[in-house]
Amino acid sequence: MKIVVLVKQVPDTAEERKLDLATGQLDREAADSVVDEINERALEAALRIKDANKGTEVVAMIMGPDDATQSLRKALSMGADSGVHIVDDSLDGADTGRTAATLAAALKATGFDVVMAGNESTDGRAGVVPAMVAEHLQLPLLGSLISAEIADDGVRGVRQGEGGTLNVRAGLPAIITVTERFPEARFPNFKGILTAKRKPVTRLSVAELGVPTGASRTVVVSTVERPPRAAGRKLIDDGTAADELAEFLVANRLV
Amino acid sequence: MSNVLALIEVSHRGEIAASARGLLAAAATLGSPVAVVVSSAPLADDDVARLGELGAARIYSAVTAAAGTVLVAPAVDALSGAVDAYGPAAVLTANSVDGREAAARLAVRVGGSVLADVVQVHSDNGTVVAQHSVFGGAYTVESMVEGGLPLLTIRQGAIEGQAPAATADVDTVSLEARTEGAAVIDQFNDDAAVSVRPELRTAATVVSGGRGLGSSENFVLVEQLADTLGAAIGASRAAVDAGYIAQTAQVGQTGVSVSPQLYIALGISGAIQHRAGMQTAKTIVAINKDEDAPIFEVADFGIVGDIFTVVPKLIEAVKARSN
Repeated sequence: MKIVVLVKQVPDTAEERKLDLATGQLDREAADSVVDEINERALEAALRIKDANKGTEVVAMIMGPDDATQSLRKALSMGADSGVHIVDDSLDGADTGRTAATLAAALKATGFDVVMAGNESTDGRAGVVPAMVAEHLQLPLLGSLISAEIADDGVRGVRQGEGGTLNVRAGLPAIITVTERFPEARFPNFKGILTAKRKPVTRLSVAELGVPTGASRTVVVSTVERPPRAAGRKLIDDGTAADELAEFLVANRLV
Repeated sequence: MSNVLALIEVSHRGEIAASARGLLAAAATLGSPVAVVVSSAPLADDDVARLGELGAARIYSAVTAAAGTVLVAPAVDALSGAVDAYGPAAVLTANSVDGREAAARLAVRVGGSVLADVVQVHSDNGTVVAQHSVFGGAYTVESMVEGGLPLLTIRQGAIEGQAPAATADVDTVSLEARTEGAAVIDQFNDDAAVSVRPELRTAATVVSGGRGLGSSENFVLVEQLADTLGAAIGASRAAVDAGYIAQTAQVGQTGVSVSPQLYIALGISGAIQHRAGMQTAKTIVAINKDEDAPIFEVADFGIVGDIFTVVPKLIEAVKARSN
């Protein structure tokens, strides 16, 4: 069983994230870059399958600038067997369509039985790339799962729908995306960190993948920053604060 | 006027999803709304009338045995058929689990591009312009598609108002039930208890609890205030991680984003992740023991105090004033 986990390097959500107001693109200097936590949960799910079945191969795949190697190294130190880094200046600011076309080409080149990803990144939050990849590759997608079982004859899982959950299944190869209901990722141990340095990482360019180099077709027209919220009244409770708050709510027609 | 498709989701029990109103309202601002519906039997007269009330000028009713047994693929096939039939200026879906997967696959199939999690739309000389609220409302970004069909996933509850009512013409089309390349649905499990409280995403008032509650038993304090105010219940990630409440209540960057008229944060320190999910609320109230809690930086009304003494008094005071 070969599982490819899609990982994304994103600005740390614990810091103030910024957009470049001129381009509408992410300001990469503003916050530290980390592996998106939802992808770490996907990786954890893949590694648990590998823990139970040593014949499983786990590949971490990332598309991003040069420094995304750090995120790939973290995935390797957690236990992925190898990494694929799609890196190309022409991919700067790629939209979901270009991203998906590029990932699909790379997945075809790498080969897989299962592709695992997070259901949505914490930066773009579009949640469409895995479904686009599935359409490119004409594969079933089990998206937004809260649990999954992966076996040689197929995948099944529970999907979080709008009014309840659904039991879903598909044959292999297939793509699945995980939600936050999946377990948290393990920490890399010392041995993992040491061995990560010796694990193979393949670098792929757009030319090698044979995907068009054209610009993204979704264009940012304007980007406006909301003025920061000003703090209002702050009371230290001396026994009357609840009454004052009730007055405030009534005066502002909020109750 | 150009056609604009709106994918209307229907639950497995046959109910038209609540997202239909906003989708048709957004479609009407861009052109003539065409509701695309997938079902296993031809649409009932009631459903046709309801979609007309919500503004559908036309209904593309795709009938297929695969509805309800094959995941998302029937919706993509139906949308793709409707794109061929109507040559639309845009396709709208809800930014729901199904809606965004359908939009994503359709984009690849018809050579379009997705504008995701849209909170407002308008037409600029025939070009569809979408507005997004990014990083928890810290930025407002407008985007468009250059060449190719724009597919917009519309944030649920973001579009206000309703399209003018219409009498919908129905085009019924029978779709082949294809399963290759798709996932199969074995079973639907409905949410066990349908809460009498408002839905978190669209509630006018939200009361959220944080780690300051201290235990899942104490979380009842949040419920009591919420019920006094007719509010939905939210929580910080810390409260969810501590097991006080289900993850579906989590407000924040990695949970639900809310934009209510009133947001009350109880025992929530206000990490950036949490603030990203609630700082577009009209009015923010925070009660917390820690005077330096960052939540006070965004609160319109902050009380430094013990939630276990302040909140019961607040409940009494609100009840007294509403009598």
